[in-house]
Amino acid sequence: MAGSNYQPKSKLGQWIEYRLPIFSLIDGLFGSYPTPKNLNYWWSFGSLAGIALVVQIITGIVLAMHYTPDTSLAFASTEHIMRNVNYGWLMRYVHANGASMFFIIVYVHIFRGLYYGSYKSPREILWMLGVVILLLMMATAFMGYVLPWGQMSFWGATVITNLFGAVPVVGDSIVAWLWGGFSVDNATLHRFFSLHYLLPFVIVGVVIMHIWALHQHGSNNPLGIDVKGPQDTVPFTPYYTAKDLYGFAVFFLVFAYFVFYNPNFLGHPDNYIPANPLVTPAHIVPEWYYLPFYAILRAITFDIGIPGTDIVFITAKFAGVILMFASILILLVLPWLDTSKVRSAKFRPIYKQLYWLLVIDVFVLGYVGAKPPEGILPTVGLIATAYYFIHFLVIMPILGKKEKPLPLPESIANPVVKSAE
Amino acid sequence: MSNNDNDGNKDDDVTRRDFIHVAGAGLGVIAVGSAVWPLVDQMNPSKDVLALSTTEVDLSQIEVGQSVTVVWRGKPVFIRRRTAQEIAEARSVPMDELPDPQTDEERVQKTEWLIMVGVCTHLGCVPLGLQGDFGGWFCPCHGSHYDTSGRIRKGPAPENLIVPEYAFVTDTKIIVG
Ligand code: HEM
Ligand code: FES
Repeated sequence: MAGSNYQPKSKLGQWIEYRLPIFSLIDGLFGSYPTPKNLNYWWSFGSLAGIALVVQIITGIVLAMHYTPDTSLAFASTEHIMRNVNYGWLMRYVHANGASMFFIIVYVHIFRGLYYGSYKSPREILWMLGVVILLLMMATAFMGYVLPWGQMSFWGATVITNLFGAVPVVGDSIVAWLWGGFSVDNATLHRFFSLHYLLPFVIVGVVIMHIWALHQHGSNNPLGIDVKGPQDTVPFTPYYTAKDLYGFAVFFLVFAYFVFYNPNFLGHPDNYIPANPLVTPAHIVPEWYYLPFYAILRAITFDIGIPGTDIVFITAKFAGVILMFASILILLVLPWLDTSKVRSAKFRPIYKQLYWLLVIDVFVLGYVGAKPPEGILPTVGLIATAYYFIHFLVIMPILGKKEKPLPLPESIANPVVKSAE
Repeated sequence: MSNNDNDGNKDDDVTRRDFIHVAGAGLGVIAVGSAVWPLVDQMNPSKDVLALSTTEVDLSQIEVGQSVTVVWRGKPVFIRRRTAQEIAEARSVPMDELPDPQTDEERVQKTEWLIMVGVCTHLGCVPLGLQGDFGGWFCPCHGSHYDTSGRIRKGPAPENLIVPEYAFVTDTKIIVG
């Protein structure tokens, strides 16, 4: 990774640095690392995501010391953590709410990238690694939610693993393979625990590559223009260490509110009922962070085939599954779907509005995902799903060619546009 | 393929070195494959899980109009001793009204006894008995309605409730699986 020319002052430091250049590495990462001087608070969410991951790993390892991944004991051991283990309630509430906090942060982080065009050249790989992190997070949180073995754990796991049954021909074999049995059961719980322990460390690995790619070209910035020279940057320390620490303080206040005053607000009461494979709760919903995707999953209620015949190419169920995965994977190719050279929405008057329309669209999807599919909601879900894909597949390519961007400032240090242009 | 210039071969000649490359790579693929397969296959249902895959049920205590749920392979199996009216309803439905056409006769061994896996063919929830628009089952998860033969009538589920393999050992005893 980008080391700097930093030399430690002490003799011991120099002795170590000569053999393991760790001090210059750290300096290159957080010390003298030149950073655009105009970053706003939306740029704090990257380091916030980092601290959230650390919190999950620390509390998770502690929980694993007291938790038992066996169907006969999983629920009881979770309650044991809550009632008997010293500060167990704290560890579990921090971990459970921490997952939600992590997702809020990462979603803001992604939408920051969408607004300021951070996914554009030369940061495509940086962006794609971010999408990989999102996918890994979703898998991790899904398996974690199964572990307490409550009703929502069990039925969430059942519904989501059954999605793979929609795959033509091999679907049922895939599902039996995922379960290790004929239903979500002991084998399933054990493997989910194993993978839930593993995946966060895989995420750490991808995060390292993400930061490596970031440091290759440095941060984007609210103006979306390239850094022209030292006059455009400040050293990361003390400027952004201080700014990020302030962000941490605010974040931990919000986090603490949930942990100490409203720890089950983001959860579901049915998960305090032990899993029962013979009774499905009346209304099952996924965790809030999956809701927009859940709405996309349910959007297609009709088979796709030749109208008026029985010929079906794609069943409604499979179409939903494809769309749900596509809604995330499409982000991987966004750098090439967006044809505009201008990064920041500040200088793209039409994109700026369509960006907010996309934000609204995602909230609508989230709302539809949370409600039972009744009345006009399925139609709303279908329209919102269609718009989601139209935004990326139709609007982004065309808009980049047609839109007339505002004049870009000369540099970060000199952001005033010469009006003669 | 071969770019080694020490033997003076032309580029399109097949050399012994090409053979070694192909054979080596081929064996490598087989070796890696045979190492990976156990890692993949260990996730499939284990022997004890497979061994538990039949369930015996005594039907003698079940009254007409009553339903019981038994567990088979970790899943609920519905056993319903149907009333004459339920049977008549199931048999009077025209085939073209069914998304997954199947006659009631094809779905039962003995007219009275409807035996099926109680798992919604949509995404696997357990439907509730004696509910829904067709007097059969209703799945609360995403609203699938099944009739008194367990056939899908309305909602997102693509297929009828699955009839497991079962056999009458005696008149009042069945083995599922
Ligand atoms: C990417 C980071 C992680 C995320 C997003 C995450 C998410 C979750 C979620 C949503 C739950 C369910 C909480 C509940 O409702 O009780 C959970 C439970 C659990 N997690 Fe994690 N987790 C992460 C990392 C870890 C790590 C590194 C470990 C280490 C072993 C771990 C161990 C556990 C254990 C033992 C449980 C079950 C106890 C409980 O339900 O509170 N997690 N996780
Ligand atoms: S699982 Fe029954 S309707 Fe979806």
